[in-house]
Amino acid sequence: MEILVCARRVPDTSENEIELHGAGNDIERDDLVYSVNEADNYAVEEALQIVARTGGSVTVATVGGEEDEEILRREMAMGAARGVLISDEAFAGSDGRGIAAILKAFVQAGHYDLILTGVQAEDGCAQVGGMLAAMLDYPFASLVTSIEVLEGRELKIGREIEGGSKEINGIDLPCVLSIQTGINEPRYVGMRGIRQVASVPIPTPGASDLGIDPHAVGEGAAKMKRVDYFAPPAGKGAEMLGGSREEVVDKLMDLLKAKGGLN
Amino acid sequence: MARIFAYIVHKNGVADDTAAELPVAARKIDPTEPCTAVVTGWGADLDNVCESLRASYGEIWKIAQEPLAYPNAELVRKALLAVLPAGAIVLTPHGHFGVDLAPGLSIKMNAAYAPDVLDIEGVEGTWLKAVRQEFGGQVSAHVRCDLSTGAVLNIRPGAFRPSGGARAEGRVVDQSAEIGPLTAGRRYVETIAAETGDVDITKQPVLVSIGRGIGEQDNIAIAEDVAEAMGAVVSCSRPVVDAKWMDKSRQVGSSGQTVRPKVYLACGISGSFQHLAGIKGSPFMVAINKNPKAPIFRVADVGIADDILEFLPALAARVREEGCVAGKERRQS
Repeated sequence: MEILVCARRVPDTSENEIELHGAGNDIERDDLVYSVNEADNYAVEEALQIVARTGGSVTVATVGGEEDEEILRREMAMGAARGVLISDEAFAGSDGRGIAAILKAFVQAGHYDLILTGVQAEDGCAQVGGMLAAMLDYPFASLVTSIEVLEGRELKIGREIEGGSKEINGIDLPCVLSIQTGINEPRYVGMRGIRQVASVPIPTPGASDLGIDPHAVGEGAAKMKRVDYFAPPAGKGAEMLGGSREEVVDKLMDLLKAKGGLN
Repeated sequence: MARIFAYIVHKNGVADDTAAELPVAARKIDPTEPCTAVVTGWGADLDNVCESLRASYGEIWKIAQEPLAYPNAELVRKALLAVLPAGAIVLTPHGHFGVDLAPGLSIKMNAAYAPDVLDIEGVEGTWLKAVRQEFGGQVSAHVRCDLSTGAVLNIRPGAFRPSGGARAEGRVVDQSAEIGPLTAGRRYVETIAAETGDVDITKQPVLVSIGRGIGEQDNIAIAEDVAEAMGAVVSCSRPVVDAKWMDKSRQVGSSGQTVRPKVYLACGISGSFQHLAGIKGSPFMVAINKNPKAPIFRVADVGIADDILEFLPALAARVREEGCVAGKERRQS
């Protein structure tokens, strides 16, 4: 099976505390640690496990710039056969629809049986996979937590629904699936693995290579635009317990006793 | 302004709580335009849902077809496209069905899409100004969304509080005849209920709940120790289950269990809305997190900015110490 995984490089929220910078309308971008979006990494692992069973190969693509190459190499070190950096100045400022339109052109320039994305990135939009599927007229499923390859161009997939339940569906190939975290245990990638793929060429197709109208994507075509960042409203806000650790434990003990927290 | 529609999520003949929330969002887009409910389904369940919506919607569009008995997003999308007028604004709840339906629906409508909307600040020209969150709720963001060719807005469940009061006496309009035969490349097979684990966290009065801040699997013993001392049980948030450190049955959240404890200790949990959606009954919530800006501190009753790996052992020792004292007092009396 030929599988395309669409991945993205994002600030790693497990490594960073995201804060507003001094001007208050953007996040502090100095010293941010970037990595491959967590759900995308699960998607690559799932793709690798499928081709290990069925044959075929995994391609990882991202829409971005030079700085995004590092995540492609990381996923190639995991075992992806190819990394592709879809890159053009005209793509800057694209919204989810723009990114999906770029990926659609890339998909149509190749032959893929299955396209995977992570369920969502750091912006919590969870949109590109569903948009891409609609543009391609492929079936789509979000929040996928299991994939079984059946006979006759069909998959049996599980989706996460409410209350820890799982919804089982049959879905025809080719299709687009957005992969939920926890579907597998992504393999470890060491520095040695990344060095081994350091010199593998990464193609960088642009708008003209893919037949994309530059005016149909990018900031000018975006129907959804982020204006600024701001500090979330405080809400009722917790009463913060201060003092030494011992004092804090004292205060908490009193509260737990009063609220029935000690049995 | 364009006509506004609310897609109603329902199950077993009962409309989801969000059915009462979407009209509140709609009024923030256009206070003059009554919002129309759209309900897809089949049989008596569908009729019951439509009837229940008459109090909160002026008009309810009912779309009945047997393949819609289970909400398959691809079929629902086709049904909606057959009835929605050009330029419509569609509101859907940002849940497991909304993320399945809305992105593709927006493409087929050639409309804008705004996911996970928390608030709406108004409309300037054709641009809607809305509030979202990024980075798991660590920061908020204003977004502008172009309504000129219609829009699909996924509304965060719980973000728009129903005001109640108004009785609309709505009428149900059967739109089923507008829909042709529906088929999809994806077919619902069955639902597998959540596995029950060794401990039922939904029935526990006190939960010590751990998140990504626990760091590694071996540290779970620290949480188990404090829970044992307190007579509590350990539950967790999604990253701990993703890492396969605890069973899915211990996960609190919209994709895990819904718990109703008296006391909830959120330890190293950032406080995503998916996690908070699984905590009901307004427990006394204590948040312990070394990041003083963690979103969990906005909703907890009491906050402690400390490293759980150091704080929890100190708490466990103290609980045991007091327990011994209390035990002695009991024996003496």
